[in-house]
Amino acid sequence: MDAVLFLVFAAIAVACGISVVVQRHPITSAISLIGVMGALAVLYLLLGAEFLAAVQVVVYAGAIMVLFIFVIMLLNAGVEPPGGRSWPVRLLGLPMLVILVGLLSFVIRRVFAGGEEVRFGAFTKGGPREIGRLLFTDYLLPFEVTSVLILVAILGAVVLARKEID
Amino acid sequence: MNFFVLSLLKAAIVISVLMVSLLYLQWVERKVIAHIQLRMGPYRVGPHGLLQPFADVLKLLTKEGFIPSHVNLFFYLLAPFLAVSLALISIVVVPFGPEVELFGVRTTMQLTDLNIGILFVLAISSLSVYAVTFAGWASNNKYSLLGGLRSAAQMISYELPLALSLGAPLLVAGSLSLREIVLAQQGTILGILPNWMIFQLPAPQLVGFLVFLIAAFAETNRIPFDLPEAENELVAGFHTEYSSLKFASFFMAEYANMITMTAITTTVFLGGWLPPFPETLGSNWAPAVIFALLGALAVYYSRQAPRPKDRRTLPWVGLALFAVAAIFLIPAAHPLLVPPFWFLAKAGFLMFVFIWVRGTLPRFRYDQLMQFAWKFMFPVALVNLFATALLVALFPR
Repeated sequence: MDAVLFLVFAAIAVACGISVVVQRHPITSAISLIGVMGALAVLYLLLGAEFLAAVQVVVYAGAIMVLFIFVIMLLNAGVEPPGGRSWPVRLLGLPMLVILVGLLSFVIRRVFAGGEEVRFGAFTKGGPREIGRLLFTDYLLPFEVTSVLILVAILGAVVLARKEID
Repeated sequence: MNFFVLSLLKAAIVISVLMVSLLYLQWVERKVIAHIQLRMGPYRVGPHGLLQPFADVLKLLTKEGFIPSHVNLFFYLLAPFLAVSLALISIVVVPFGPEVELFGVRTTMQLTDLNIGILFVLAISSLSVYAVTFAGWASNNKYSLLGGLRSAAQMISYELPLALSLGAPLLVAGSLSLREIVLAQQGTILGILPNWMIFQLPAPQLVGFLVFLIAAFAETNRIPFDLPEAENELVAGFHTEYSSLKFASFFMAEYANMITMTAITTTVFLGGWLPPFPETLGSNWAPAVIFALLGALAVYYSRQAPRPKDRRTLPWVGLALFAVAAIFLIPAAHPLLVPPFWFLAKAGFLMFVFIWVRGTLPRFRYDQLMQFAWKFMFPVALVNLFATALLVALFPR
């Protein structure tokens, strides 16, 4: 059951991911990205990380992607014309991608050779209590540093986007 | 009993109650608004217009489902589907009553008890903005697009106070499961006041409750926050290009969202299925008394009703209410009937408040809406959250 669900949602995630790149219309790409987020949330759920799954939907699908779509709709971006790619790019694109993916998986296999395999349902520490405890004990410094980083990014965006008022 | 059979049975009960209340909420709304405005409201179809919802459904079903030629077909059709399914799905985590035993089967009066129940509700409500946004964009019409944009902006803005005001009661209850939140509200304060979240020490959530309620109005696109469909500037906003059943889906979604929001408010702030005063003071008998009083009222009014027809029919209504009161008098039925009664009574009162506000307040201007969200609601919800956190930390249970 778990394996079947994993395969189905992994396939959906990959299909949506490809669709993000292939689609010509920005809105359709953005919606494909929501599909990726949703499928990932289900994968988290399968692994037993309930809190992460819910937060994935609330934050990414529910807030960030709404902003993306809002901006795309506001700018009324149209269909992108198919780009005129040169012939070596067209010829070598797919083989290069295959080689990259192969290399990556090879390196991951080598580096994490002794690691445990992922088993569905074996992980039970994905509740809000455990994650909260970890965030405020073991990972307190990275957590706070990240929040400061995001704050700085927001301030930077405000400064960059501000109109000059004289 | 088999888990699947049990779940199917419970789902069947919940969905039928939900659908009937969806239909009749619309009738109640029209009647209440009419009486606020000194009109009669629907009166022709059935006694006191009681069959009006069915007439409306029939009308919407038989209308031509016209699809304009300039729309983006996939998203145009996806939007109403998304709207109605996302609006109906949140009800699965709402607890209607405690654990009960019926014919030797122990079960909870709830479809599923997720231990991230509140987050599930927030996730679903944050996704429902897509329905309106897609509808506005796919319609390829400037009014629809404006409605969709407004709704996206409004729902993102009001999601923040909504989530922050929900955070404070979670701190007090110490759980994300809706069932455990209700169980944390058992007991009384000083023997009289119920220990509901809006009164509960050390941090009464009265402010959080009001912020949540106001944000819920905005999330469900109800007056005074119904700018996405402001008819005097945007024709009908995001659903301008929709007709027939596709329009009915949006209509249904609005009422389903209202039911979900009132159910969540009841569960988190108003003690869910718990009675307003303890059982030792006889709260189990209160529903019977209430129904009997309503029956007596119907019989009394039938003596002086202006219409002769009402003089004949109202005693029968009174009799039906007495029969319901008699059912509530059976002690064996108490654990099964009384908790859902209190839950529905509280949720029903909140729905009445929604309708009442619609009959009372005018619509906001768009800039006022945004100012209100960011400069008033958000700081208040934030201060409430911090104050609650401080009080919970100082006076742990």
